[in-house]
Amino acid sequence: MLPQIQLVIPELVLLCLASIALVLDTYSTSKNKVLTFRFVQISLLIVIALIFVVSPDTQEYAFNNHFISDPMSVVLKLVICIISLVVFFYSYEYLKEHENVKGEYFVLGLFAVLGMMIMSSAASLLTIYLGLELLSLSLYSMIAMHKDSLTASEAAMKYFVLGALASGMLLYGISMLYGVTGVLDLQGISSFANAGVDADMNIMLVFGLVFIVVGIAFKLGAVPFHMWVPDIYEGSPTAVTLFISTAPKIAAFAMTIRLLSDGLQDLLSDWQGMLIILSLLSMAVGNIIAISQTNIKRMLAYSTIAHVGFFLLGIISGTASGYAGSMFYIIVYAIMSMGSFGMIIFLGKKGYEADQLDDFKGLAKRSPWYAFIMLILMFSMAGIPPLIGFWAKWFVIKEVVAMGYVWLAAVAVVFSVIGAFYYLRIIKLMYFDEPDEMLAIKASRELRLVLSVNGMVILILGFIPGALMALCLSALS
Amino acid sequence: MITQYIFYFFAALLIIAAGMVVTVRNPVHAALFLVLAFFSTSAVWLMLEAEFLAIVLILVYVGAVMVLFLFVVMMLDINLVPMREGFARFLPVGIIIALLMAIAMGSVFTAIYFNGAHLDVVTPTATDVNNSRELGKLLFTEYLYPFEIAGAILLVAIVAAISLTLRTGRSKKTQDPSAQVSVKRADRVRMVKMKSEKKSG
Repeated sequence: MLPQIQLVIPELVLLCLASIALVLDTYSTSKNKVLTFRFVQISLLIVIALIFVVSPDTQEYAFNNHFISDPMSVVLKLVICIISLVVFFYSYEYLKEHENVKGEYFVLGLFAVLGMMIMSSAASLLTIYLGLELLSLSLYSMIAMHKDSLTASEAAMKYFVLGALASGMLLYGISMLYGVTGVLDLQGISSFANAGVDADMNIMLVFGLVFIVVGIAFKLGAVPFHMWVPDIYEGSPTAVTLFISTAPKIAAFAMTIRLLSDGLQDLLSDWQGMLIILSLLSMAVGNIIAISQTNIKRMLAYSTIAHVGFFLLGIISGTASGYAGSMFYIIVYAIMSMGSFGMIIFLGKKGYEADQLDDFKGLAKRSPWYAFIMLILMFSMAGIPPLIGFWAKWFVIKEVVAMGYVWLAAVAVVFSVIGAFYYLRIIKLMYFDEPDEMLAIKASRELRLVLSVNGMVILILGFIPGALMALCLSALS
Repeated sequence: MITQYIFYFFAALLIIAAGMVVTVRNPVHAALFLVLAFFSTSAVWLMLEAEFLAIVLILVYVGAVMVLFLFVVMMLDINLVPMREGFARFLPVGIIIALLMAIAMGSVFTAIYFNGAHLDVVTPTATDVNNSRELGKLLFTEYLYPFEIAGAILLVAIVAAISLTLRTGRSKKTQDPSAQVSVKRADRVRMVKMKSEKKSG
């Protein structure tokens, strides 16, 4: 009898459902693949329900310490599934409008979700790496699937090559850790490092750690490993950019916590310094280069880099409450990013991507309500109270100050002010400029509804940040 | 004693072949050197009593992957001259970075850990141990979960490869035998009623 197999039921069911979706897709004859899409949506709902049912409140291991189910993994898996559900909806609207719906897109999307769930509850180096590869491979092919678009092919190629390089770095670090400790599970590595190692061993651990941090930074898109982010965000179809910028970021958070906290918490003083450099550079480069962008997808890519810098602040603090702050930040970022790319999809139409800043000119006259939604999104990204983006920045900066890095907090605030410029510029374009042409916005009723709800969630969460924060804290305690 | 000489022979062969892979100009030669590198690696593994892995390396990598690789290299006929442009221009920067990396990594590797004190000597296992059975046991017990994930990754790779290369519609130039067989005379021949004409001249 397999030990603790019930813990893995959500993943198992998702794998089965994704395989069924693959077969079902061949029977979906309609041009819009309604059958596949609905089935994928229902699959995600089933998995969400299963996570609620089977997950224990305590920390439990399964499959010879390759799998862990703890409060953090449960919360992250739920968030990943819910966000993917909404993301697939936005993507479907986009693909339908551009008459490019492919059933495989959603099947691969499900496999990507599976990869993220595996990463969230990975308890060994092997599982982390395999989960990451499952996610990345699905993402590469989701971009490359748009064969007729030259920019998409280029983006897929760049993503593939750089992603392979990053995986190589991570694997090199993993092999170093394995070579020194002789174990693959994070628990074992943690107890090895905790038992006190001599200087020889320690330098080898740090040597492996450097490569692991590089791998993580690559996947997060932190400076100086950020080169791929703008090109891939701009080149990919908006539907895929939307996906890349949301749920995988949460999985990257899970990977960071698993490796740095679960595995190498004892090397805190070593990775703290590395992360401070990454964080400072990310905030600086992201916020400053974003100012000169005219393509909104590219601008949001640099904004992602800047947000990653902020997100790292919570990890730098090295405490459970700091990690909770980072978790809060990354979840909030995913919701905001989802809304922003949702707006680009909302404004676009067949054969036309609304990805220039000028496309937002005079939006308040064309559609006051959606201009207001965009206003909320941009204010929240800029971190203006009382919106949720403000609280996200507040929690991580508070943690950094509590750890005594007041100068780091001050720098973060300065860059946050610089960053406010390019968010506010969009608001200026929407409210104070005249539209180039008064085109009616052609978007389905469902898209309007989901986008409105997305905006409202940011507004409402801003008034009750405590609830989400309590959830994050309980997940990491 | 003789095994040591064999080891050094294959290890040297491996290093030379690996070096040639990145230095030779002709990509076909590079691919063939990679085959040699795989071959000598598998010989080294064989001496470590990992015979299953050694055979798999030959069968899978040399037999399948590299042959495919060679096909692609030969069919694409890539002109490497434009790719080598700027080589001299970036060489100084490259050398500096490579040197820095070599010094940094060398200082870690040479100094302490790899002086032999931490390394285990491989002891020969009993002759009745079956390598592939032991591997299989591990794969399906301790490493079952990662093994299954690897299966899912392969499935994704298949789905992606097919969806990326499958062309449908006009660009697809395949025959449909069932349509060919079930064709009727009416589909091909059109009867045209014409008035009979007088023979001219």
